[in-house]
Amino acid sequence: METQYHRPSSVAEAAKLLGGDARLLAGGQSLVAAMKLGLASPSALVDLRGISGLDGIRTEAARVTIGAMATHASVAASRDVARAIPALAQLAAGIGDRQVRSCGTIGGSLANNDPAACYPAAVLGLGATIQTDKRQIPADDFFLGLFETALRPEEIITAVHFPIPERSAYEKFRQPASRFSIVGVMVAKTGANVRVAVTGAGSCVFRSRELEAALTRKFAPESCDGVQVDAKGLNSDLHGSAEYRAHLIPVLAKRAVARALG
Amino acid sequence: MGAPGLIGRSIERKEDYRFLTGQGQYTDDVSLPNQSYAVFVRSPHAHARLRAVKTSDAARSPGVLGIITGKDMAAVGGLPCGWLITSLDGTPMKEPKHPVLAEDKVRYAGEAIALVVADSLQQAREAAALVEVDYDVLPAVADTATATQAGTAVHEQAADNVCFTWGCGDKSATDAAFARAAHVTTMEYVNNRLIPNAIEPRAANAVHHRADDSYTLYVANQNPHVERLLMTAFVLGLPEHKVRVVAPDVGGGFGSKIFLYAEETALVWASKRIDRPIKWTAERSESFLADAHGRDHVTRAELALDKDGKFLGLRVHTTANLGAYLSTFGSCVPTILYGTLLAGQYATPAIYCEVKGVFSNTAPVDAYRGAGRPEATYLVERMVEMAARELRIDPAELRRRNFIRSFPYTTPVGLTYDTGDYEATLARALQLADVDGFAARRAASARKGLLRGIGYSCYLEACGLAPSNVAGALGARAGLFEAGEVRVHPTGKVTVFTGSHSHGQGHETTFSQVVAEKLGIGFDDVDIVHGDTAKVLFGMGTYGSRSLAVGGTAIVKAVDKIIAKGKKIAAHLLEASDADIEFSGGEFRVAGTDRKKTFAEIALTAYVPHNFPLDKLEPGLNENAFYDPTNFTYPAGTHICEVEVDPSTGQVRVDRFTACDDFGNVVNPMIVEGQVQGGVAQGLGQALLEACRYDAEGQLLSGSYMDYAMPRADDLPNVKVETLAGTPCTHNPLGVKGCGEAGAIGSPPAVMNAITDALAPLGVRDVPMPASPYAVWTAIRAAARH
Repeated sequence: METQYHRPSSVAEAAKLLGGDARLLAGGQSLVAAMKLGLASPSALVDLRGISGLDGIRTEAARVTIGAMATHASVAASRDVARAIPALAQLAAGIGDRQVRSCGTIGGSLANNDPAACYPAAVLGLGATIQTDKRQIPADDFFLGLFETALRPEEIITAVHFPIPERSAYEKFRQPASRFSIVGVMVAKTGANVRVAVTGAGSCVFRSRELEAALTRKFAPESCDGVQVDAKGLNSDLHGSAEYRAHLIPVLAKRAVARALG
Repeated sequence: MGAPGLIGRSIERKEDYRFLTGQGQYTDDVSLPNQSYAVFVRSPHAHARLRAVKTSDAARSPGVLGIITGKDMAAVGGLPCGWLITSLDGTPMKEPKHPVLAEDKVRYAGEAIALVVADSLQQAREAAALVEVDYDVLPAVADTATATQAGTAVHEQAADNVCFTWGCGDKSATDAAFARAAHVTTMEYVNNRLIPNAIEPRAANAVHHRADDSYTLYVANQNPHVERLLMTAFVLGLPEHKVRVVAPDVGGGFGSKIFLYAEETALVWASKRIDRPIKWTAERSESFLADAHGRDHVTRAELALDKDGKFLGLRVHTTANLGAYLSTFGSCVPTILYGTLLAGQYATPAIYCEVKGVFSNTAPVDAYRGAGRPEATYLVERMVEMAARELRIDPAELRRRNFIRSFPYTTPVGLTYDTGDYEATLARALQLADVDGFAARRAASARKGLLRGIGYSCYLEACGLAPSNVAGALGARAGLFEAGEVRVHPTGKVTVFTGSHSHGQGHETTFSQVVAEKLGIGFDDVDIVHGDTAKVLFGMGTYGSRSLAVGGTAIVKAVDKIIAKGKKIAAHLLEASDADIEFSGGEFRVAGTDRKKTFAEIALTAYVPHNFPLDKLEPGLNENAFYDPTNFTYPAGTHICEVEVDPSTGQVRVDRFTACDDFGNVVNPMIVEGQVQGGVAQGLGQALLEACRYDAEGQLLSGSYMDYAMPRADDLPNVKVETLAGTPCTHNPLGVKGCGEAGAIGSPPAVMNAITDALAPLGVRDVPMPASPYAVWTAIRAAARH
């Protein structure tokens, strides 16, 4: 099985190369591993690394815009991100290992939508907007299911716009082997609006309405005490049952709130 | 220039220059002219009848040189097991054939069915995907505890899947001890199955030489002579002297590279037929499936105590999973290396142990760092700590009441300890671990909402494998001596050949220290050669912490012969009698005079024998020695672990870990500390992280690093290691006991005793290994419901 390799120099050119079984190659931290295991065999790889201007990080008054090809390492190291949304820099610094962070990109992570990835929690929890070459997609409409997003087959993420919250924090409880999240919780507060996004626990990142309700009443760690999260539909595997994950969600949310306030 | 005081010094490892600069030569680095590449077709099913293996499409694939199946190799023997275990009823263990390539059935997921050889690795991979296997899938036996009632037989010869039911100790005396006990502590637990994960995967490269119908096999292996003997004599029927086995630099073994495996055997056989050198290097996912795994016991144990806390008896029933086939030492690990260790450091007067070895549709199980002794130590040290908790006796005090204090001591399970001082290692460990400060630390943890616990483990192991006559009486089919050769060159430089094999242990340094000091020559004037049957006269290899105690002793014996011959040469040159020559500091001297010859002068004389007692002595200076130990060695010590548990998540953090050991004499303290540090890391891996899990269909669920958790730097505390001057071994000239496995043997029970101590206030009695956050949380929740 032959795989064509393309290295376009513009987004428009990249879009033209898509179609059939062609896949976009961003940082390659999921796709290349899947290809090595024989789990993916695209007809073509369209490498986005030759396109300039996709990896910028820009801060405006009310939002931070991160280019789709920005690596986790560059987000983690960005002073602008650290000043505007420290939780986002800290989340990026906790993804994978040094090698993964140096190659992996925010756009790649979001398009892949791994159920245990960190970035989906940031995007959903912070209420970000996904910018593609065709349109803007609000986070609430973007993540559809297991490895499934609202992206159309030939649509390319170019950037992500994060509104700057008053307070936010991310808490991740790592699976001992892969160190992906067994559960990861992003908590963000802007005015009266509290968002709580949970990754790792279900088939796709989701908002915990129970915790959002409790924290909207009072944004304090103890608000998470006694909040019951339904285990139904959550993941069960070697590293934790659905009940364990349901238990961890308010525990981690409580820690995230404490950190957001601290 | 002599080099006194080399023994006992932390000399930097001479092999590290090549390892750290990428100059190591591992099996996969060996590429031969006309090299071809192999890929194995492996079963995706744990248990299935092979209806057909169709290779015609694959054979037409580009670059394919040959495809070998079980049918092609049906005439060769099965892979042998090196240890015959006899059941309590006197019958020998069941030994079904372990075919090199599956014949009529596959019995575990990952079992090799066909060997595909092609010009390139990629071509071999592509062709392997075209081999069509028609399976008739059968129900699988995957669970250790219920294997005997599975209703499915892995082998026809063992309908109930029992390979043997072995016992040791005195059953009636033990039962009598329980009848008069004031207290009985009972525990049931699992010693979790592990996957070895050496950093270098298994690899082999086999070539047939048409010129003289001989073979060379490069293989990542811990004992090349044993590999050759087993492969030629028992499987392929080749003349032993026509096969050269080279185990070059090997990147870790931990037991998993002791065994004769199917892959290299198939490669050697195919290399003549295909008439090309064939190379195979395991993918990591193959290593998970097809390397021999470790541990996997299910045990019920009872400890009987009198009213004063003296141990009266220990009764143990274990089911040990052997996997689908008997691997090279698969049968002796859960028996001879397990049951005989159950006295530990204690004068328990009566012990009885019964072990049922069962077949299952899982990868073969064999020796893994510690091999039986970690399982025994885990049992004894968990039982002792649990008894202390139940009786409200301080766990150190309960141990002290029961320590063996006079030596030699013969245990009720067949071993005779030559020497030891268990009080010394315990007392020093308690100091090093600042046990006195524990209560304050526990209170500080409690203020953070965390539960702190402390756990001890006073381990003992039998190393220096092994006295051949004892091993033979217990069923060993091989000797367990070691061989060494000391070759003095005309200039007085020395090459030492050892049958031990270094795959991380630092033998090139340690053995050089010993030889340089004994001969009074420079450390850099000695080189160590190992791992090649064409260079080294014979060897049994490296495992069981035996290399220095057994292999080192063989070298010392050869050095002694060199010195004895040198004295005769010196006596001739100095015109004195042999008996008047003394040797020290690299000089032969007539006692009480200043008349002397240096070691180099004697060496030169031996090779330029112009003035030489040729009527009485052969020229040259080269000596061999074989050493067969008279007893095992008995390293022992105390490990103390302190943990913090977060009850809201189940997360365990090892806050501190202390290891205080008695290894007898120590040649290189830095290398010894490194061995302990590494062993403790592996032990913490077993206790906290590593779990090999199969599902009910025999599919490996933990088949990659995504699900199998190896310890990483940030999982581990700084380990405080102190090796005491200790009690030198009484029966080898170096007084050494071995240190390679101690860390992995002693540490798991210390960790689990600490965790259960931390959780005791919540009513938790036990937590299974590995104590993952999920497992700990589950135990806490179960206790809360009671």
